[in-house]
Amino acid sequence: MKNLSTHTGFSKLVYAVFLTLLAFILVIALSILALITYQDNRLADVFKPRAPRTETTTLVIPEPTNGIRNGVDMRTGLIADDGWEMVRANCTACHSAKLITQNRQTRDGWKEVIAWMQETQGLWDLGKNEEPILDYLAKNYAPEAKGRRARLQNIKWYVLKESKN
Amino acid sequence: MSNENSRSLEIKKGDISRRGFLKNSVVAAMGTLIGAPIVFSENVKGNVLPLPFQQNDLLKELGKNSALIVLNDKPWNIETPAYLLDDEITPTDKMFVRNNGLLPIETDAGNWKLTIDGEAVQEKKSYTLDELKNKFKHYTYQLVLECGGNGRAEFNPPAKGNQWHVGAVHCARWTGVRLKDVLNDVGIKPNAVYIGYYGKDIHLSGNPDKVVISRGVPMHKALEDETLIAFSLNGGPIPKLHGQPLRLVIGGWPASTSGKWLSRISVRDRVHDGPKMEAPSYSVPKFPVEPGSKVKLEDFKIIESMPIKSLITYPKSGAMITEGEKLEIRGHAWAGDRTVKQVQYSIDFGATWKETLLSPPPNRLAWQRFRATVEFPQKGYYEVWAKATDNAGISQPMVVPGWNPKGYLNNATHRIAVKVV
Repeated sequence: MKNLSTHTGFSKLVYAVFLTLLAFILVIALSILALITYQDNRLADVFKPRAPRTETTTLVIPEPTNGIRNGVDMRTGLIADDGWEMVRANCTACHSAKLITQNRQTRDGWKEVIAWMQETQGLWDLGKNEEPILDYLAKNYAPEAKGRRARLQNIKWYVLKESKN
Repeated sequence: MSNENSRSLEIKKGDISRRGFLKNSVVAAMGTLIGAPIVFSENVKGNVLPLPFQQNDLLKELGKNSALIVLNDKPWNIETPAYLLDDEITPTDKMFVRNNGLLPIETDAGNWKLTIDGEAVQEKKSYTLDELKNKFKHYTYQLVLECGGNGRAEFNPPAKGNQWHVGAVHCARWTGVRLKDVLNDVGIKPNAVYIGYYGKDIHLSGNPDKVVISRGVPMHKALEDETLIAFSLNGGPIPKLHGQPLRLVIGGWPASTSGKWLSRISVRDRVHDGPKMEAPSYSVPKFPVEPGSKVKLEDFKIIESMPIKSLITYPKSGAMITEGEKLEIRGHAWAGDRTVKQVQYSIDFGATWKETLLSPPPNRLAWQRFRATVEFPQKGYYEVWAKATDNAGISQPMVVPGWNPKGYLNNATHRIAVKVV
């Protein structure tokens, strides 16, 4: 009996130690999980020294929500005039809408761009969509007269503090 | 590549394999969080993290200063404002980006190979990155790389393409091996005329058979000391946006001759004929043409050395100073294959010019620092103009130079606005 009670006591001790260890491992596991999640949320970068990075990561950037504000499609920046959805569908499959919005051309100029993309860049035949697409581009992204050299524009004035060189 | 609701962007990220198992749930959860579905999230196996679309975040993720200007995000074209180019050596985060296609998927330095082939090599030969590094002597140069279309936004009638203002230029430090040493090792035949590079970028159409851009230079330029096969930028590895892991770097000529993600160089027995070598790409009319006129393809010539140019990098345009205060200005000037012999400034729209203090370049094909202390006669609105002159006596024009169909080579004097109050 004495032997048995000692044995029971020992079992309880082992069990208690086992539980403690289990709890400890669980806490560590949870902390690791939390830390990993934290890193994925890019907050851990604040605490981490910037080590040389080597692995390639792909970042998927969702577009801002659809919607038209002040006559401009928020997602692409295209002017939401007649035919803009056709332009989005045919043009932004390959390139950014920014390539349209930063350019200005006459109707003939835009037609040349389309022909060039068809000849060299793999753009498909636009068929009966070509006319409305050209109408849209020629109307909304037409050249502005700017002379031989435009005046300086969009100057953001600021008070210059003494610089140290 | 052409998915509608989301765009892919390659960035460099630390070791994430150990937390990869969480990835899918994180992607899904982030989708919920931003209230938009992440299209193709099931295809986005490993290394993918979502981020709400914000230009600042975007630039940060790309390793770029948040004040840079994204002209185009597919493909990446990012301009640097003039005042951010004030450093003697352009830091990597302030370097403009001009890409013609999409970033390559795989740029693992360990598996990378450079092949030298073409009609004018003795025998086709390939090198691993380690072989290049171990076999040939390393050189470091500070080199001006300027986009041929820098300044395009000013042409009238407008020219097609990315509308660069002044900031498609940088002068960083590149380390690598000399192209001439490598070509010497391969063995070049006397019929060599031109070299052409090939890189691993992906055509916008997604067609794997289409080469995005493959340009080059004549042998005399290819064999210059400063023409490098570079594996290091500003002392670090070359970031993905700038050609990781290997880039051909050719200072003083249109930056499009400096092929990124370099995997092959062909030594040709003719002028290289890869995509964007043909007119009108990176070409200008052989003779001056009337603005807006049509130019026949046979009347174009390929742009070689870039023209004399300068930028005022301090202060930022829009500075207000008090009457009687002196203004310190500084900037850089460069002249393609030539050197800059003089930089002047004007505060009266070019009526009178004063000298600046001009430093010699740290090495051939690097830009040169200029500085001056400017005094203003009275209160008012001023523009400070900078005008550089090269060692052949050629200066920058004060108006936009000769119109050309593609809007290249605008080297008009840079202007900043200053108010004395």
